[in-house]
Amino acid sequence: MNIVVCLKQIPDLQQIRIKDRRPLLEGAPLIFGDMDKSALEEAVRIKEKAKGTKVTALAMGGAKLKDGIKEALAIGADEAVLLMDPPFAGSDTMGTARALAKAIEKLGEHDLILCGEGSTDNYSGQVGPRLAELLDLPQITYVRELEIEGNKLKAVRNMEESFEVVETELPALVTVADEINQPRLASLRDILKAARKPVQEWTAADLGLSEDEVGAKGSAIETVSNLAPEQERKQVVFKGDLDEVTENLINALTKEGVLGR
Amino acid sequence: MAEILVFSEKDDLAFELVSKGRELGAALNVGVAAALLGEGAGARSDEYFAYGADRVYVAHHPALAHFHAEAFAEALYQIAQKNDAQVLLLASTKRGKELSPRVAQKLGAGCVTDATAVEVQDGNLLVSRYALGGNTVASEFIKTPHKVIAVMPKTFELGAKEARQGEVVTVDLDLKEPRTRIVERREKAGEAVNLEEAEVLVCIGRGLEKKQDLGIIEELARALGAEIGCTKTLCSDYQWLSEDRLVGLSGKKTSPGLVISVGISGQIQYTVGIRGARIAVAINKDGQAPIFALSDYGIVGDLYQVVPKLVEALRAA
Repeated sequence: MNIVVCLKQIPDLQQIRIKDRRPLLEGAPLIFGDMDKSALEEAVRIKEKAKGTKVTALAMGGAKLKDGIKEALAIGADEAVLLMDPPFAGSDTMGTARALAKAIEKLGEHDLILCGEGSTDNYSGQVGPRLAELLDLPQITYVRELEIEGNKLKAVRNMEESFEVVETELPALVTVADEINQPRLASLRDILKAARKPVQEWTAADLGLSEDEVGAKGSAIETVSNLAPEQERKQVVFKGDLDEVTENLINALTKEGVLGR
Repeated sequence: MAEILVFSEKDDLAFELVSKGRELGAALNVGVAAALLGEGAGARSDEYFAYGADRVYVAHHPALAHFHAEAFAEALYQIAQKNDAQVLLLASTKRGKELSPRVAQKLGAGCVTDATAVEVQDGNLLVSRYALGGNTVASEFIKTPHKVIAVMPKTFELGAKEARQGEVVTVDLDLKEPRTRIVERREKAGEAVNLEEAEVLVCIGRGLEKKQDLGIIEELARALGAEIGCTKTLCSDYQWLSEDRLVGLSGKKTSPGLVISVGISGQIQYTVGIRGARIAVAINKDGQAPIFALSDYGIVGDLYQVVPKLVEALRAA
């Protein structure tokens, strides 16, 4: 069985600072999103159960991807394909899905495509379903439990009101929720071993894509602004005598009309 | 004629979109239609008209008996193509959110999911959504001729119902049987905590010293008729509360009338989750804590003294 896991590097959100409403991304290290890591972990678990399974890690990104992908290989991907080329820069979800689809077709036979249900930064959840459409595959999203036997796939989806159990036949595209598993940490030995695993780098031209089909040029979205929202709070602080401050607070909240249902 | 096409598997959410669609349609000089798909579709056509739809497309087809993104995306695609719908407005429920990009891909369209605002600017639609994990709000134009927008539930006010007539168009669709099958639905155990819909919220953070002390927070919540939320440390690291009570970046984004943050310093990972609150209150012993700058009212003091006193005063009031 051939599994392709799609991964995206994002800035570590815990380390983003805001200055004058603008996000400062320069200092923030790039990491794989939580749900992407869960998708990779799930692929490796399937491989450990079904002998002869190959896991390919597929990612699009900048120069830092070369280093970052080592983590995916150490965790258990057998090989990696990196879409690293200046024309890819600034791709939106449509351009990204287009490039990933071409790469998956170039890889040849595939039985299962695994993605996170969304990236941890923008969480638009678009790449998985777009990819499924481009590859003409059934899509099963928000998966918290996954079972594969032969070419049968059974998944439990976490929906708003219930858990939905769904079946399909492979090939299929699955997006996972982060509760599906607890991703392992790579040991030092795994990291050293991973250095020998094959990593290919493909350009837009390798995929037969023109510069208008990917990157900022091929983007369907024009971002006008991306700023921290302005927050205007009254910032009234009560200090001092306990009876007084609680009374002050209750009076203020009563006046605001937010007390008493 | 170009038109705005609305769809949600939940009629009540579709009505919000129809109400807004009417306003956007008036500015763009196009009509508003809604797609009603699957079992029992069309039963509430009159309500769609009352909220502002000019027409509804009703499709019955075996492939639409249950919600499968693959079949529903193809159905919406065919309806949009046949009727020259340029803008698709969907509700960003989990189903709407997996459906939108798939139908967008069929249309060669740009798509924005989890939209928190949509307005007409220079004859185009400017769409807002949270980005970078809630740190920022991105405002975006969709450049493709077709545009697909999935809007967060309850973003738009439900308009007033009016006595209006509309056109019911029964559509024939060419659909394949979906390749996925639903074999079982398991109800979620226990009473679901719905922080997103809570009117009053009491959130607790690291200031609480031990799990046993949750009692005083529960007392406060009871006195206020509030739900209890918490920071990531309390549910993920300490596991004092379940993860569905997590407020913030990796949890719920709430919009209560009142939120009281108790023993929470006010890091962005938490405050993203209370940005939508109308009135924010903080109780913290550190007067320098960032939470006070993000609150309307604050009490500087030890929560172990302030909270019981507040409960007492609320009960007396």
